[in-house]
Formats: sequence, structure tokens, C-alpha cells
Amino acid sequence: MDADKGRAKKMVVKNLSFFYGGSKALTDVSLDFYANQVTALIGPSGCGKSTLLRCLNRMNDLIPYSRSEGQVLLDGESIYDPKVDVVSLRRRVGMVFQKPNPFPKTIFENVAYGLRVNGVKDRSTIEQKVEDTLKNAALWEEVKERLYDSALGLSGGQQQRLCIARALAVEPEVVLMDEPASALDPIATQKIEELIHHLKKCYTIIIVTHNMQQAARVSDVTAFFYLGKLIEAGVTDTIFTRPKLKQTEEYITGRFG
Amino acid sequence: MKASQRSGQSRRRKEKSIRILFFAVASASILTLSLIIIFLFMEGVPIFEKVSLKEFILGKYWYPTYDPPEFGIFPLIVASLAVTAVASLISIPLGVMTAAYLAEIASSRLREIVKPIVELLAALPSVVIGFFGMVVVAPFLQNTFNLATGLNLFNAALMLAFMSVPTICSISEDAIFSVPKELKEASLALGATHWETIWRVIVPASISGISTAVILGMSRAMGETMVVLMVAGGAGMIPTSLFDPVRPLPASIAAEMAEAPFRGDHYSALFATGIVLFAFTLLFNLVADHVSNKYRQVGAATL
Amino acid sequence: MTDGSISKKALKSLSLPGGGRGRSGENPGDRAGVQSRRKIIQRVMFAFFKAAAVINAIALMIIVSFLVAKGYRAINWSFLTEPPIDSMTKGGILPCIVGTLCLSLGAIIVALPIGVASAVYLHEYARPGRVLRLIRLGINNLAGVPSVVFGLFGLAFFVVYLQMGVSILAGCLTLGALTLPVIIGSAEEALRAVPDTYREASLGLGATKWQTIYRVVLPAALPGVLTGAILGISRAAGETAPIMFTAAVFFTPSLPTSIFDEIMALPYHIYVLATAGTEIEKTRHLQYGTALVLIVLVLGLNLVAIIYRARLRKRRTG
Repeated sequence: MDADKGRAKKMVVKNLSFFYGGSKALTDVSLDFYANQVTALIGPSGCGKSTLLRCLNRMNDLIPYSRSEGQVLLDGESIYDPKVDVVSLRRRVGMVFQKPNPFPKTIFENVAYGLRVNGVKDRSTIEQKVEDTLKNAALWEEVKERLYDSALGLSGGQQQRLCIARALAVEPEVVLMDEPASALDPIATQKIEELIHHLKKCYTIIIVTHNMQQAARVSDVTAFFYLGKLIEAGVTDTIFTRPKLKQTEEYITGRFG
Repeated sequence: MKASQRSGQSRRRKEKSIRILFFAVASASILTLSLIIIFLFMEGVPIFEKVSLKEFILGKYWYPTYDPPEFGIFPLIVASLAVTAVASLISIPLGVMTAAYLAEIASSRLREIVKPIVELLAALPSVVIGFFGMVVVAPFLQNTFNLATGLNLFNAALMLAFMSVPTICSISEDAIFSVPKELKEASLALGATHWETIWRVIVPASISGISTAVILGMSRAMGETMVVLMVAGGAGMIPTSLFDPVRPLPASIAAEMAEAPFRGDHYSALFATGIVLFAFTLLFNLVADHVSNKYRQVGAATL
Repeated sequence: MTDGSISKKALKSLSLPGGGRGRSGENPGDRAGVQSRRKIIQRVMFAFFKAAAVINAIALMIIVSFLVAKGYRAINWSFLTEPPIDSMTKGGILPCIVGTLCLSLGAIIVALPIGVASAVYLHEYARPGRVLRLIRLGINNLAGVPSVVFGLFGLAFFVVYLQMGVSILAGCLTLGALTLPVIIGSAEEALRAVPDTYREASLGLGATKWQTIYRVVLPAALPGVLTGAILGISRAAGETAPIMFTAAVFFTPSLPTSIFDEIMALPYHIYVLATAGTEIEKTRHLQYGTALVLIVLVLGLNLVAIIYRARLRKRRTG
């Protein structure tokens, strides 16, 4: 992990295990996420990569009968500490979901939502912020004429960029993306990838993906999961060209999964 | 971080109080149910200072306004059970078959016509059905079968049947509809006809849901008031034929409460009658609840 | 588990009649006979099932068309806008219409907030467990309480114990208790139809649970909740037994001026005219007219709800 030297560790996962009811979804995972880098989590379906992602902003809290062991640190502080407020945590660690899930509101209101729930009331502040965020998400030019139309009228790719904009509007420090392009066509996917590349200047990005090429294209660090365990993690170039473990190589070259 | 922790704390306190508030409101149903039970007993129990529970339940004579009065509701209980039973004989096949037709056989276009019809049938006010039974069905029965009165057990049961069909139908339909498609396809793939699949696979797989539907339908028939008040005939005797006039429990309560002197014996006897009626429907509902819970677990396990 | 095994048994027995025999070397004609017999059975049974469905439709049609045919002549402007006169043997039903509107709207004002809040608790807050099961049991059993028992309860609790007297208020509260399970049921269905992705997106943005419910979930569920409210109004409008001892009277000379007034109501008016009036036969046309007004009101509300809901479903799936 030479390339990571000197960079700040934004999030640290230490010996994390996670259980749904009786079954173990994650086993003893330890992994660091660096500021202003894109980390890709890859692996076959059910390998635990999405579970890990959802542990990072405690979305897994929503699942009844689930529990976790181990530690997750954000800027050195444990996010599973009983004193930590989940809501504030999720404001700092935002999330973009697999399927675009805009609210059935206008485009404007979708982006403004996070601001409003954060108590921003001033109309002009909200308007300015919505515009900035939409520009940041490379969507402004496409929607500026119809900000007050329903967001459900946008194309799938536009919807997903809107969801990214919605997540960015609350100025998170970390953005989690759960296969953000898996429901999109290649052109829309390309736009999302360009966006991710652009966003890493300001954010720490952690992305789950099924798509090897995508991981290779967008990420700086790649972590490979299998059956709930972290198999191998390292600089993306190294993982894709000279993986240390046979299992990783087999997965990357498409021999299983 | 300190400041945000503090605001987080107050937010959490607020969220918790909202949660507690919603819990309190959600308890309103249980509260209401408890109040119903408490007040039925408060007003009904005094009658048992005059007659014993056994005399009350098994007494064959209901002459609340005689001197001395007699408070035996056995004929009323028998009447209620009789109309419910006869109504079920009509409503169960009708309701379940309609449900199967809707869920399995009807084309989606027909379904969209028949389903609202069943819902509208459910929406008909009971007083209107009672009225219809009085002015149309009663004279028809009287003339056709040469009876003393068309207001009788059979008429009431027939009207009740149509009131409980929608209940039976909609719950059965849900049950039939939620049978996993795989089971159905497996049967069809073995060369079974659609009918054989319905009869041997789909109905057995949804039998507990259908049972729930039937029990709730019967409970509805038993508790239904206006129909039996208007068309059952009102005679407080144990029926010996299908065409005898009868006086089921709800009819007795509704008809006499207006005339019963406040907090007199008759008044509390009617409340006690209400307790018995409530106990019957509660029993039906608890059984239905038990059956449907068992059913739900099975559904989850199969899926 | 039991269900699974029943069906497996059923599947096994299914393969016997056609397939089993054919393989054991009987002539093909026989097999074809079995096949066509099975088809005939199916056709006959399906005809029965269809007949059952048709019987329901016919029953509804007979009742509605009978009331329309007999009732429409009684209905005119003065019937709808004048009070009854000459000991209710002539005149209109205005007080009954007003009374029914008061009662059913009042009932929904009571039941809607409580019902929606209950549904929110059940669907959004409650975790599976004994408490949830107890509340559900309460709701299911409340739904099964006979309407006349609601009447007794209303009499003993609202009218007597809380000293409201026979009044609109007592009637509304009694009807509210009766419609509560209806409202809870439809509100829960509406909440269930709101995709979880909305909740996740909102929580993922750092909204609190309550902000999520209030700003995202409830607005999305609103149309479904409204449908339930319409159904609740129509249910309350058609009930008779719960208001017999709590709100409705044979006759009041004037329209209500306060919620502590007693009132007339359409369903009770029908009952009174048809069973307890002095001249039952002479007032038949009034009975038909009143019954027609009541079913137009009730079925109309239901139709609105059904059509509205169908549109909602189509929009959601399409």
C-alpha cells in the first residue's frame, strides 16, 4: 500500500463482524479508507461488501435482530459508541443507493430535502445550494429549466445523478455508493464514473461494484471480499495486475462469481 | 463534536418522545376494547344478583317485562347460533368459490369488474339489506311457502349470508392469491388440469387462510344487528323449523334497550346479553387470529 | 411446514390418473377418455365458480335496482330539503341527511388521526414482539366487536358515564371507535406501499426517523390514507345499531345547533319508518326514498374510493 503513505485515514474498520439473526454476514474485517480516495469493494454476490458499506453509516441498524462486533472509526472516533448520534453520523457519511430512489417530489425539493431536515430555512441559501450541488453533480445544465418538475420524470441516469446531488447537498465527508451504476445504461454509467472521479477531490468515496472494469477505472484502492471475509486489499493497479492471492486473481479474471 | 453531541442528545430525546407518543396513540385500540369490556360488565353484572349465571344462559324463557320477569336467554342464543349456521351454509361456498374464481379463474378484465361488486356488496348498509329482506324477501317467502310470516330464521340467514360473503371472499382471495406460484406451476407441469391444481394444491395450501375467512365471516353474521332485528321475526322461542320466527341476541338488545328502564333489571339483562354476544364474537376472532398466525408462519417458511 | 407437505402429497397423487395409467400400457383411447373427462370436470366446476361470482353481482344488482325503481319517485327537491311533517308520514328527510353527514364526518375526525398514528406506529416504529402482537390483537378484536355492542358501550360510557347524553358527540365517538380498525387497516396498507428506498434515502441523508415519516413517508402514503378515510366515512354513514342508543332519535323538529344535540339519521329513519311507524304501509315511498338516498351516498363514496385506488395502483405499477 505504498501509494497510501502520508494520506489521512478517514475511516478505519477494525475486526468487524456482522450478524443477521443467526447468520454471520461479515467475519473479522479490518480495512482502512483514506481521505480523498476512491475505495472499491468488490466480490461475488453475498460476499458481504454491501453489508460492510451499510455498517459504515449504520444503515444496518434498521434491520431487526442484527448486531455487530468490532469497531468502525470515523476520524478516530468509534461510530458504534453509544454516545454517537446516528443521525449526525449519517449527515457526515452520506449514501447513494443501487437503484435511483428520488422522492416523489420536484427535482428542487429532492436536493433541498437534506438541507431542510438539517434546519436550513432561508430560501435563497437553499436555492444557491441546490444550484451549486446540481452543478457539482453535473446535472445542472440538464435540469435547470425544469427544477420544479417531478424528479420521477428524469431518466434513470439523471435520477441517479440527482440522488448523488441529494447526498452531496448536506456536505457529507464520506460518500458511500452501493453499486450506483448497476441499473444504468453504459452512457449513464460513464457519466456517473466521471462524476465520481471529479468528486474525490472533495470527498472520501467508498463504492461497491459488481463490475471489475468499473472498479479498475474509478478506484484508487480495491478490496476483494469473499464469503464475508476480506481476502485482499491494496492499490487498485496492483490488485488488478499482480494480485497476491490466487482467489483474487481467479475472481478478477472472471473464473468465478 | 461536543456541540453536535449535545444537539444529537436533544434530537434523540425528541425522537424518543415522538415514538412514545405514537405508541400511546396506537394503544387506543386496546384501550377502547378494554373500556368496552369494562363497561359491559359494569352495567351487565348487576343482573346476576337477581338470576344466576346458569339461569340466565340456560333459562328457556325471556319475558323481561312480565311480572315477575324471566331472564333466560337460551332461546336467543340458539336463535343466534341457528341463523349463523344457516347463513354459513350459504355464505361459505358462495364466498370461497367467488374468491377462487377471482384469484384463479377470472380473466383480469372480469376480475376488475367482479371485485368492486363484492366490495360494494360489503358496503351496503345493513339497514338497507334488512329493509330489502322485509319488503321483498319476506312477502316472497310467505307466498311461496304459504307461511304465517316471511320474517323468520331462513330469511334472516339468507340476508346475513350476503352480508358475510364479502368478508369471506376478500380474506380467502388474499390467502389463495398468496400461494406461491411455484406450487401451482409444479402441479400444472405434472399434467394436472387447472381445476385439479386448484382443488388439490391451491386450496390445501391456503386452507388456514380460508378458515380464518370463514370464522371471521361467521363472526360478522353473528354480530350483525339490523338484519336480524328487522327480518328474523322477533319471537323469543327456540326454533323448531327453518321458517320459525326467531329473536337472536343482537335483535333483542337493539329492540328492547329503548324501552328498558335506565339501570333497571331489564337494562342490565340486556348488557349481560351484550356480554354473551361479545364473548361469542371474541371467541370467533381469537380463533381466527390463532389460525391466521399459524398460517402466516407457514407462508413465510414456504417462501 | 404442514402446508408444504400437504401440497407435496397432493402433487404426488396428481400424477396418477392420467400419467400413471398411460405408462402401464393401457390403450390410448382410454387415456384420451380420462383426459376429456378431466376437462369436463374442470369445465363444470369452473361454471359453478363463475355462477357463485355471478350470484353476488345479481344480488347487488337486484337490491340496488329495486331501491332505485321504487325510490326514485319519492326523491325530489323538497324531499331532500324539507323536514318530515304530519308525524313523519309526509315531507322530506333533510334532518336525517344533515344528521348522517354530521355523524360520519365527526366519526372520521375522531378516527382518522388516531388511526393514522396507530398505523404509523405499527408500520414504522414497532419492532416485532409481544407488544406489537398485543396491539394487533386489540385492533383485530375491535374490528370484530358487533355493532350493537358498540352501541351498548357508547350508551354506558359516552352517554351515561361521561354524561354527554344522547348527542352528536356521543354518536361520533362511538362511530369513531367502530371505524378505527378500518382506518388503521387502510393506512397501514398505504404505508406498506411506500417503497423502503424512500425511507433509506431519507435516513441516509441524516434525516431523523420522524423527519423521514413526516416529510417523505406520509406524503407518499397520503392518497391511500385518503381512500381509507372515504371508506371510513361511508362505513360510519351506514351504521344504525351504534347510534340507536347514543345519538339518533325518532324525530327532532329542528336541525342541530350544537354537538350536544340529539339528531335524526338516514339509517335510523329507515328503521323507524319501516318497523315502528304508525302507518308503515302508507310511508313505504318515504322508506324507499330514504333507503335510496342512503345507498347513493354510501355506494357513491365507495365507488369514488375504489376508482381512486385503482388509479393509484395503476400509477404505482405502470
